[in-house]
Amino acid sequence: MSTFIIVMQLIINGNLRNFDHPIPTVYALVTLLSLEGRRLAIEKNGAIVPRSLFTETPLNSGDKLEIVGAVGGG
Amino acid sequence: MAPLVAVKQDFITLMNTLNIAGKAYNSRLLVGTGKYKDFAQTRAAIDASGAEIITVAIRRTNIGQNTGEPSLLDFLPPEKFTYLPNTAGCYSADDAIRTLRLARELLDGHKLVKLEVLGDPTTLYPNMIETLKAAEVLVKDGFDVMVYCSDDPIIAKQLEEIGCCAIMPLASLIGSGMGILNPWNLQIIIDNAKVPVLVDAGVGTASDAAIAMELGCDGVLMNTAIATARNPILMASAMKKAIEAGRDAYLAGRMPKKLYSASPSSPTNGLIA
Repeated sequence: MSTFIIVMQLIINGNLRNFDHPIPTVYALVTLLSLEGRRLAIEKNGAIVPRSLFTETPLNSGDKLEIVGAVGGG
Repeated sequence: MAPLVAVKQDFITLMNTLNIAGKAYNSRLLVGTGKYKDFAQTRAAIDASGAEIITVAIRRTNIGQNTGEPSLLDFLPPEKFTYLPNTAGCYSADDAIRTLRLARELLDGHKLVKLEVLGDPTTLYPNMIETLKAAEVLVKDGFDVMVYCSDDPIIAKQLEEIGCCAIMPLASLIGSGMGILNPWNLQIIIDNAKVPVLVDAGVGTASDAAIAMELGCDGVLMNTAIATARNPILMASAMKKAIEAGRDAYLAGRMPKKLYSASPSSPTNGLIA
């Protein structure tokens, strides 16, 4: 039996997600979610994080993230 | 000296390009990318339509699902098409502004956008108060704003004065396929505008698109009419022809309407009896 100790909580696209390890940066999150290389835009707590700043933008427990992409639409 | 034929062709080309925010487009048909069966059909229909500008929506990415799956961008490379990110589904100026700022980041600083702020989920009728607010902020923020609007000539003029690069009144409600319901308002908007006027929403079939162009519209934006036709690819081709035919008819200048003419097309002399 393994115990899941919540180390970090993030609200990603409106859903609360618990992590048992720290996710230091936006880039680390993108990698964790297997989204690297995909064309997307990210907002952290309501402010856009430019792609060039993913690696240096820190994440803290409780941060709200929006991760969006382009989809078919009229 | 350039041969006369070439000069004439250049003139025709110039007359026929759609110029939006400093860029010339050969196609006056703009299409949406929603409601298709799959991405392959989306691409095939867009190719058949000849459209160069395609609208896309900005939505939350599916997290942890189908990460390896192809995306819309794989089928419609942004290098080949001019993306027009829209704010469909936004009901406030703030949401629309936020969406388009994300779109600009997503598309590497891309400035050309379609603003639409809806007012009612049943009719999808635009909320022009919120649209005006959003247009003002977006233009100041450096966006080239193509704006979806009601067919009110005064609002259309105000949007132009704010600095929108194209005015896009509805022909009828989004997704209704009801066609051009108020050609006279569209005519007033076209007559008053110094920026391109495009019909956006309501076109149901090819004749609707032709009528819009015959009125003097600079272009037509549509999605549902193509995507939900029984054969979307054939309808895309029909729309392309209708846009071209309507534009040519507008440039050619139609004959005046009269109840009867007493002027037959064949000579009245030389009759055998």
